[in-house]
Amino acid sequence: MKKIGLIIRREYMTRIRNKTFLISTFLLPLLIVVLIAGTVFLAIKGKTNHHIAVIDQNGYFKDYLKSDSSLYFDFSPGIDTLNYSQKNCSAVLIIPQLSEGQKTIYRLKYKKQLGLSNISDLEKRISTAITDHLIYSRTSITRARLDSIRAAADIAELQTYSDEGKNSRASSQGFAYGIGYVCGFLIYLLTFIYGAAVMRGVMEEKTSRVAEVIISSVKPFPLMLGKIIGIGAVGLTQFVLWIGLIIILTMIAYGLIPHDLLQEVGNIQKANAMGSAQVAQTSEAAQQIFAIKQSVTNTNWFLIIGAFIFYFFGGYLFYSALFAAVGSVVNEDPQEAQSLLLPISMPIIFSFIIMSIVVQDPGGSLAVWTSMIPFSSPIVMMARIPYGVPTTVPYWQLALSIVTLAGGFLFTVWMAGRIYRTGILLYGKKPSWKNMLKWAFRPR
Amino acid sequence: MLEVNHLKKYFTTQKAVDDISFRVERGSIFGLLGPNGAGKTTLIRMITGIFYPDEGSISFKGKPFDPEADAQHIGYMPEERGLYKKMKIGEQALYLARLKGLSAADALEQTKLWFARFEMQSWWNKKIEDLSKGMAQKLQFVTTVLHRPELIILDEPFSGLDPVNANLIKDEIFRLASGGASIVFSTHRMEQVEEICSQIILVNKGQKILDGSVNKVKQDFKENLFRITASPLPAQLPSALMEVLQRNEDTLTIRINNGHRPNDVLRYFIDQQSAVQSFSELLPSLNEIFIKLVEGTSLSRQFQPTNA
Repeated sequence: MKKIGLIIRREYMTRIRNKTFLISTFLLPLLIVVLIAGTVFLAIKGKTNHHIAVIDQNGYFKDYLKSDSSLYFDFSPGIDTLNYSQKNCSAVLIIPQLSEGQKTIYRLKYKKQLGLSNISDLEKRISTAITDHLIYSRTSITRARLDSIRAAADIAELQTYSDEGKNSRASSQGFAYGIGYVCGFLIYLLTFIYGAAVMRGVMEEKTSRVAEVIISSVKPFPLMLGKIIGIGAVGLTQFVLWIGLIIILTMIAYGLIPHDLLQEVGNIQKANAMGSAQVAQTSEAAQQIFAIKQSVTNTNWFLIIGAFIFYFFGGYLFYSALFAAVGSVVNEDPQEAQSLLLPISMPIIFSFIIMSIVVQDPGGSLAVWTSMIPFSSPIVMMARIPYGVPTTVPYWQLALSIVTLAGGFLFTVWMAGRIYRTGILLYGKKPSWKNMLKWAFRPR
Repeated sequence: MLEVNHLKKYFTTQKAVDDISFRVERGSIFGLLGPNGAGKTTLIRMITGIFYPDEGSISFKGKPFDPEADAQHIGYMPEERGLYKKMKIGEQALYLARLKGLSAADALEQTKLWFARFEMQSWWNKKIEDLSKGMAQKLQFVTTVLHRPELIILDEPFSGLDPVNANLIKDEIFRLASGGASIVFSTHRMEQVEEICSQIILVNKGQKILDGSVNKVKQDFKENLFRITASPLPAQLPSALMEVLQRNEDTLTIRINNGHRPNDVLRYFIDQQSAVQSFSELLPSLNEIFIKLVEGTSLSRQFQPTNA
């Protein structure tokens, strides 16, 4: 087993010293940041301003229907269903006489789709307008008074705590959502990147025919395992570098915050620590920084990073063994790998889709079950853990998930080892699934 | 040194190796011959521990062969050569030597020694992709023998080498053999075997069809052919004594008929007042023996179910 150390070292060193490692380590996060910023920017910038012509037979919507930058309502007279598009409107809203005690249908005709969120926004505004109209017509309250009441009502703020028995911890659902999503996405991405690296490594050994030389010195299984562990170690190194990068960037960002703003943040912190429930008169920026700071300090980073390392490595072992098996049976032609890769990439992609649902409902039964199945648990469980252990994820679930994943990767590594052993020295026709299963489960 | 007893390996469609036995003595150069697809590579893969035999046993240095522990005493150069394309040559040689169980210091020393012997020191930081095919072959040979193996298995070691480099490798093979290493040399190029090997076996369709020293094999297959040069040639050549196969000025190629000895021919020539200038026996070349034995059997092996 001393030889497996040599193999791990070779796989690790040749990759770490490669320029592409450095480039991908520092460029990938940059690319992700640029991508996210770009999407957000486009989403804000690209929001189209919809002009909607309104034909209102009630006469009061003009006063209550609120326009803004995304939806603008045009009440100018002379607009009808035939000429609205000439008047720069993308849709026309026809509201017939509404009568109480029954549902009346109002219609929207459009030349250009408004989109799902705009439609629901429109519905909300219409119903608010009707409510406002009824309040003013039934009561004697003035509009100014109602507005001031509404403003005065904005005095309570929700703070969520996760109950951990003796003490409870302030939590932020949004922050947990973000961390969970990022963790799940990273595991998804790394599984693919490093799984494919394992496959390419195996194919390289096979096609360059060095495999036979090596296998006359080492058994196939340690060769495969050494490769998987070596490349996995590269992945972990990259992860650690990313953590370091994030810490440094955070410190730089913190240093850029103006001094008086920090003082304000300190004041909020003091007020909070004294148990005062009153949010002091502070600037919005300071409150935001305080919220982020509190979320960061209240997150159990050791748990998240520890779990990330386990689930990354467990999921990586589970899938990379399968990638190695595929690499061992294909020949020079990368096309051959495609059809064999499909059944491996499908569960990874499905897990990612499930994860994006689970991250919004981390306690649901879909979340619980898919975080027990080793095919999906690395990605799904990692999206749940930031919501808190043992509140959202009870200990027994975490333990069971760890056990099934460990069992899962032991099984795939064992099975892949048996396919690999035969495949690595076999040239010529690509074997069928039936053949590969036979190699995996025959007695010796 | 190496003893192989009744080795069998059946694949689903082929009896790749079907009951083969032989022994290789310490310090000898052993030729493993056979046409393409005869089962040579499968046989070698069992000796190097890559395959388990289905039946039969291998003993190495007098003990049952243990692939794990004995790997460090075996050097194997497969027919399909291969090294890591993107790895530096020096590191690659060190890595392969260490995989064979050499310590880091020992591996470095041996690598430097062999690189110097083959004048490859300047290659150290190059990659395989920078080498020509012949250079890569030399490197492959070096990595095969770096760890001082006691059994060296070379599958077609000269293919693709120019005569100068082929001679270099050949000399090294002799040197290693005289240093006590046993060499198994697998090929279908017979002229090389005649020069190098002391002992050969011939394998066809998974079975051994010939075993012995080169000289003995030739004696076994000789056809009483002689070449005689004399002038003037006798007017009459008695057909009871010999058969003339070829005539080229004063040189005859003859087959001496059964029941007669070379001396009878010489005596006849002398009696006829013919001055004999040379007289020598024509032994068959291994190539001829090889073709004779393999010919007639269908050249490409047919797929057959083995029920194994």
